[in-house]
Amino acid sequence: MSDPFLSLQSMKKSFAGNTVVQDFDLDVAAGEFVSFLGPSGCGKTTVLRMVAGFEEPSAGRILIGGKDVTRLKPNQRNIGMVFQAYALFPNLTVAQNIAFGLRVAGVGKAETDARVAEMLSLIKLPDFGARYPYQLSGGQQQRVALARALAPRPRLLLLDEPLSALDAKVRVSLRSEIRAIQRDLGITTIFVTHDQEEALSISDRIVVMYGGKAEQVGTPFEIYNRPATKFVANFVGTLNTLDGVVTDAGSGMVRVASEEISVKGKLNGSKAGDRVTLALRPEAISLTRGPSHDASLSGEIADVHFLGSVIRVLVGVGDSRISLDTFNNPSTPPPAIGDRAAVNFSSGDVLVLH
Amino acid sequence: MRSPRFWAWVTFGVGAAYFFIPLIATLEFSLRMRRGVYSFDAYAVVFGDPRFQATFGYSVVVAVFTILLGVLIVVPTAYWIRLRMPQLRPIVEFITLLPLVIPAIVIVFGYIRMYGSNSPLPFLATARGTDVLLIIGYSTLALPYMYRAVDTGLRTIDVRTLTEAAQILGAGWTTIVTRVILPNVLIAVLSGAFLTFAIVIGEFTMASLLNRPAFGPYLQNIGANRAYEPAALAVIAFVITWGCMSVIQLLSRFAPKSANRPH
Amino acid sequence: MVGEAAVARSAPPAGRRAVRFPTHWLGVTPFALFALFFLILPTMYLIVGAFQNRAGELTLDNIRALAQPNIVAAYWISIKISFASATIGALLGLAMAMAIVRGGLPGWVRSATLTFSGVASNFAGVPLAFAFLATLGRLGLVTIFFNFLVTAINENVALPLGLSALGRFNFNILSFWGLTLTYLYFQIPLMIVIITPALDGLKKEWGEAAATLGATTLQYWRMVAIPVLWPSFLGTVILLFANSFGAIATAYALTGSSLNIVPILLYAQIRGDVLNNPHLGYAIAFGMIFITGMANAFYIWFRARSERWLR
Repeated sequence: MSDPFLSLQSMKKSFAGNTVVQDFDLDVAAGEFVSFLGPSGCGKTTVLRMVAGFEEPSAGRILIGGKDVTRLKPNQRNIGMVFQAYALFPNLTVAQNIAFGLRVAGVGKAETDARVAEMLSLIKLPDFGARYPYQLSGGQQQRVALARALAPRPRLLLLDEPLSALDAKVRVSLRSEIRAIQRDLGITTIFVTHDQEEALSISDRIVVMYGGKAEQVGTPFEIYNRPATKFVANFVGTLNTLDGVVTDAGSGMVRVASEEISVKGKLNGSKAGDRVTLALRPEAISLTRGPSHDASLSGEIADVHFLGSVIRVLVGVGDSRISLDTFNNPSTPPPAIGDRAAVNFSSGDVLVLH
Repeated sequence: MRSPRFWAWVTFGVGAAYFFIPLIATLEFSLRMRRGVYSFDAYAVVFGDPRFQATFGYSVVVAVFTILLGVLIVVPTAYWIRLRMPQLRPIVEFITLLPLVIPAIVIVFGYIRMYGSNSPLPFLATARGTDVLLIIGYSTLALPYMYRAVDTGLRTIDVRTLTEAAQILGAGWTTIVTRVILPNVLIAVLSGAFLTFAIVIGEFTMASLLNRPAFGPYLQNIGANRAYEPAALAVIAFVITWGCMSVIQLLSRFAPKSANRPH
Repeated sequence: MVGEAAVARSAPPAGRRAVRFPTHWLGVTPFALFALFFLILPTMYLIVGAFQNRAGELTLDNIRALAQPNIVAAYWISIKISFASATIGALLGLAMAMAIVRGGLPGWVRSATLTFSGVASNFAGVPLAFAFLATLGRLGLVTIFFNFLVTAINENVALPLGLSALGRFNFNILSFWGLTLTYLYFQIPLMIVIITPALDGLKKEWGEAAATLGATTLQYWRMVAIPVLWPSFLGTVILLFANSFGAIATAYALTGSSLNIVPILLYAQIRGDVLNNPHLGYAIAFGMIFITGMANAFYIWFRARSERWLR
């Protein structure tokens, strides 16, 4: 990235001696959609609020378009923000809410009206201008909040868990809508969430945060398939873990229960006798042997959950339980509890967590 | 330009001064009865005054009956409105707020004209009848506070489910109200009761116009004729009010929270 | 009702329904009777009486008779004191509530202020008058303190040219401002108790949203916070107005009958018919209800107008 649009440099924030963000560096390209993903208290919201100007960094710099905005007040930064609890002004109509930023900027009436109409059609609520916020559903309120944030043409859009207060269905449809609008306008966006599925589905890049630090920065594909740390591996996606003991570090042999498998090239630094944790994504495992599968472990079906299109099978291997999903096939009955079964996978998909 | 916190402290400080100086001054004044030294003489005189004991006792009894009458009227009504007749809610709420709009002196004036010895309901014909009318009058004054306290208490419990559960178990209405609803809103009722007590104990207008030997008229009488005792009485009255409010605060800690209800 | 009757004709068990219907209302009957006999009818009695002469005929004479100077003066001073104590009390109460809600003060300040406000808003009547007499009366602590200061200054400070010696501190508690200052002792706390939840209701995110949209703090208050707060503020002002307009005990204990406010005039009229016309007493009472009623009607009208956005 030659010329980042937003640049966060060595950011640090402490409250009363309590460090909540440290060593935070991030460059965001113009038009990029970046998610901050992490559990509550990981500092993701604090970083966002520092970008918005609500918190002053204890150290570090914030550059937008090459200009240092670290000391600017929130109302001088030209940033749009959407909050978890919508935060629409209850005394103003939808149209007045959207016009708010233009009004305080002194934009003329005709121009304001045109922009409001444009925004209303962008969020697909063209006839809702005269309503008050309490007359809207949660999803509609959040769309209006998005329109309000976008109306003054901000340089940067910040979304602070905007979908968390909504119910599941609206959440999924609104997230693709947000992404479509963002692509349309090409606006640089930071999206804070604790929902990994949300982050994976919507982002160009994800910053996984934990304990005030960025654990890993990467595309959703990288984050999911090549987690850099144990935390990332556990936090993103479902993960089956198996305890094993290294038997031969050179050839990458690990013993799990009473069987041996090869995880060649992933044992860097371990020696024979070391305990390691092997991790496997559910979708990397199958009860039937596929062409790419070069490893297998035997076990016993411990539980079967019928979920409709998918059947979730739990297989006991040694002391561990491995969860895997198979597609429901009307012509084959699901496996029965107590059946012997083999779990097959490709050794390349095994993650070794040290 | 100083920080907002500075001005907040200034505001708070000025307010604290306005509210504490009269309290300190009153306390100081009440101790001045003996020349040259501070003493509790004024308090001794007040507590030793048989009229103090008689009027205070009278007002306590009236306050207790006021509370009972208030509970009797407010609890079943508030319960019934929540359970069966939510459509009447605005009307009932409006009526309970009327005593905040109609001055007490007007209400009691109406009583005097309506319930005289020659009227169909001659409350004022006997001293006992007048006592009853005073209790009724006080209940109207307490109505806004009592109703709001009880209604808030009912809001935190699920009245309908509790009632239906009790009905399934075979309880009748009396049992439901006294054994199920009342214990659950007891804290709220008690809060209303102590507030009522604080309002009623020194009330002047109604007691004076109905010519009852209550604490309020006694206070006024002492104020017109004595120098130091009124200050002592003001301190005592403040302590009583403080006590009532502290009890309410304390009670609120035991109030049931609506935590077990999904929203 | 028509539907009810139709059901009663067509279905046999409907007879049971007809019996059940009144029991529904039985639940609110005690309250209804209580309110009717001890709140509504006595008030109506006075209102009707205000429009009748001694013979029971309808007349406006009593209302016209309110125009005599001492009654007009009483209404006027009552309105002035109530208005002053309500507006000043509301503004100062709002300032204190703002300080404890948004001033960044430690938590104990807020809880202590709210607890004390609960006490002080109920500390009214005769004892309040005693407290202010002990403070600002001729021998009150504050009076003595200021006179001590005055004496000390007069004796020890060389006066600049053209200034005479400072006069003795002599605040007349038995005056318009004396009574207003006293009423503020319960008006301010009442405002704090009522408006604090409203201030808490101003969401922090509204201010932040306004800031990201480029608004200054002033613009945020003008366009969002004040419009949102205004109905509860005005409602409380009206309540404070009614609160002091009908109050008599404090004024009576403070000033005896030397301050001619309406409740004291009505009190004297009830006790001894000082106006020599019982129906004029009704008219005075009617006037009081009319004024507090108008204030509330204005509030309800205003609320309906400005709170379209409220659910």
